[in-house]
Amino acid sequence: MQILTVIIINSILAVSLNLISGYTGQLSLGHATFMGLGAYAATLFTLKLQTPFLVSIVLGAVVAAFFGFVIGVPTLRLRGDYLAIATLGFGEITKNVLLNLKITGGPMGLRGIPKVTNVYVAAAALIFVIFSLGRIINSRVGKSFIAIREDELAAEAMGINTTRFKILAFIIGAFYAGLAGGLYAFLFRYINPKDFGFMRSIEILCMVVLGGMGNTYGAVLGATIITILPEFLRSVSPAIAQYRMVLYGLLLVIMMIVKPRGIIGESSLSNKKPKKLLEKGGA
Amino acid sequence: MELLEGNNLSMVFGGLSALNSVDIKINKGEVLSIIGPNGAGKTTLFNLLTGIYSPTEGKICFRKKEIKNLKPYEITRLGIARTFQNIRLFKEMSVLDNVMIGQHCRTKAGIFGAIFKTPAVRREESFVRDKVMDVLEFVGLDDVYKEKAKNLPYGKQRRLEMARALATDPELVLLDEPAAGMNHQETNDLIKLIEKLNDMGKTVLLIEHDMKLVMDISRRIMVLDYGKKIADGSPDEVKNDEKVIKAYLGDDFRKENEGTDEIKRVKEARRTKEVKQAKEAYVC
Repeated sequence: MQILTVIIINSILAVSLNLISGYTGQLSLGHATFMGLGAYAATLFTLKLQTPFLVSIVLGAVVAAFFGFVIGVPTLRLRGDYLAIATLGFGEITKNVLLNLKITGGPMGLRGIPKVTNVYVAAAALIFVIFSLGRIINSRVGKSFIAIREDELAAEAMGINTTRFKILAFIIGAFYAGLAGGLYAFLFRYINPKDFGFMRSIEILCMVVLGGMGNTYGAVLGATIITILPEFLRSVSPAIAQYRMVLYGLLLVIMMIVKPRGIIGESSLSNKKPKKLLEKGGA
Repeated sequence: MELLEGNNLSMVFGGLSALNSVDIKINKGEVLSIIGPNGAGKTTLFNLLTGIYSPTEGKICFRKKEIKNLKPYEITRLGIARTFQNIRLFKEMSVLDNVMIGQHCRTKAGIFGAIFKTPAVRREESFVRDKVMDVLEFVGLDDVYKEKAKNLPYGKQRRLEMARALATDPELVLLDEPAAGMNHQETNDLIKLIEKLNDMGKTVLLIEHDMKLVMDISRRIMVLDYGKKIADGSPDEVKNDEKVIKAYLGDDFRKENEGTDEIKRVKEARRTKEVKQAKEAYVC
């Protein structure tokens, strides 16, 4: 059951990054930061203020969303590669702050967190995330996100305040990631800044790219595969399991060449022109 | 009454001056065309008027309000919409959604409204949908509203861009080479469409190389060359302006256009003379 819960938490992470990168088209390399902020905030609320579990994870998500705003305002004026590098930098800064603060327990992390997360709580959270995200994507707001991805200049010329909507996407994505972080903390009962570093961000990105950019169910599928893969490898041979990051890299390269839009990318569901998809490359 | 007025507009990119103190005035309800050779600064002027660039020098007033330092989306909200020279549609979105984006700045549903689908949001959505379908019918795309924008043929993509611009409820519509790449029939349809637009009371500013279209529908024509305005006047005035003919229209246009007996006679006489000379040379 534990692995199923982990799959669900990872799905929430992938779905939330998919909003930022898949729908809005902003490449973020620091998504684990928001997960970490949510996890730390939720844990601290429970440990220091004894707030109930549900209140803690929601507050954790709110804290993550707030930092999504704080990080989004300066960085989302940047485009493409520059945004990716800036989010990477913010991720490293946050990790180092968490490593050095007293309240976060420094490199020792926080322990003694009650185990509350179970598969039902996680599933309820995932359903909430998918449902609300679906509503957002089909609304005026979601269409603006997609318009920004398709052509930022045209979107702005059509009256969309692009900076504002990119920040909004960042805030919503960070909120969901914070939620996943809270669930994670209350599942593993121990958190440490290293859990939310660059490698984790890359892992989440892998899930989205593998499953399909701009498709919520693709992100869930990607999360499932990436979560099960190391477990599967471990059961085959522990030696291979050590090289899982190498495998992720390989998987990404292969995906980019063979199916750049992911296993169930946005277009492949509604459009039957595989040749055209290949020609478009990793757009 | 002037709707938009740009005074002394200059735009310098690095050391390159793309526009050099150009004045532009657009009266309410008119169709004004900007013509000129490639690189004359026509699109740069469009980009200044729509806020994509901020002019190095000069003032732009729309309905007496300074808009020089406004962002593109703010200018769109004030009532200026545009199309692009190289089509910039939201390719992966449906035709309907593309045009619905045009209504973005006239609506206000936020994320909480979206999640809970409040009655106000539902009402707004159905209102927008009806309105967008009207716009699609106007440009003749209502039968393909479900299609993805990238799957439309070229001429329809151009019309979709116009529909998207119209959906922002503009008072002034800027069309950047709407007839580029269109065949004769499509151009004629486009002329009708622009005329219909103008009849509805929209002011139109357009950049175009198709002289038939320009001469047919413009009330006034402005000519740019090397970032400077070299002429501004009625189609007839511009057609006969020596500077314009030299810089842009070319001698061919004059011949084709005037095509009077006088010219024909002179031409014929010249040819007979040449033939005669050739014959003489041969004989010798």
